[in-house]
Amino acid sequence: MTYTQLAVAGVLATIALDLWVLRTRLLRRRVFWVSYAIIVFFQLVTNGVLTGLRIVRYDGDAILGGDLPVFLGEGRIAYAPVEDLLFGFALVVQTLAWWVFWGRRGVQREPRSGPPRMWLRGGALGSAGSDGPPPGREGDGEAP
Amino acid sequence: MSHLAYVGVLAFCLAGTAWLEVALRTRVYRRWRRLLATIACVLPVFVIWDLYAIAQGHWTFDPERTTGILFPGNLPLDEVLFFLVIPIASVLTLEAVRSAKGWSVGDDPSEPEDAP
Repeated sequence: MTYTQLAVAGVLATIALDLWVLRTRLLRRRVFWVSYAIIVFFQLVTNGVLTGLRIVRYDGDAILGGDLPVFLGEGRIAYAPVEDLLFGFALVVQTLAWWVFWGRRGVQREPRSGPPRMWLRGGALGSAGSDGPPPGREGDGEAP
Repeated sequence: MSHLAYVGVLAFCLAGTAWLEVALRTRVYRRWRRLLATIACVLPVFVIWDLYAIAQGHWTFDPERTTGILFPGNLPLDEVLFFLVIPIASVLTLEAVRSAKGWSVGDDPSEPEDAP
């Protein structure tokens, strides 16, 4: 199989893992998509370094694009083959799904994360007043 | 030094997310057993994918800018570290967003599995 075929299969298997096998359903949560937006930005930067400097090199026969890293176009985004976005999606979603799965099973569900330290609250993050209680945890966790 | 180019990128990912553990109290490293259980479920899948891709020639690594330490199947140490570092950085990001926004990630026992 080519990298392209494997990457598409990997994404489909990952979606099935999250929605139906582990039933973690991160793909239906706002918290996942916001996290993923941050992750994918840094993926483009770091993967751009790895592929743009040709530390990792791809066979043009295995991907949609060609052998040479182009910044944008010819099947590449920020030098990396578009297939890497699918690969990264699979890696990140599988990781987060297993993280939630083990938490739900009672493996170190506690101590949960947050709240941010005082000097972050009310300022850069703006999600809670500087003296307010930790942000509410129910009702707003679901994607619309 | 150039042999450390790949692992240097990984070090950037680790350093770029480690501060979240303090500033946003993500408590991911503190929950290291859960983190290890997570990595144990993901790493083998992607190592197998990597071994297949290397065997098929889908991708190759610049021997001058990787550590040169190879596992069986010509799998560079750098790649194995990638499959450790990226999951750690991903979980830290998720828990940081949860900390900042207070959104549920679905590991709460009071939340039914079938919640929409």
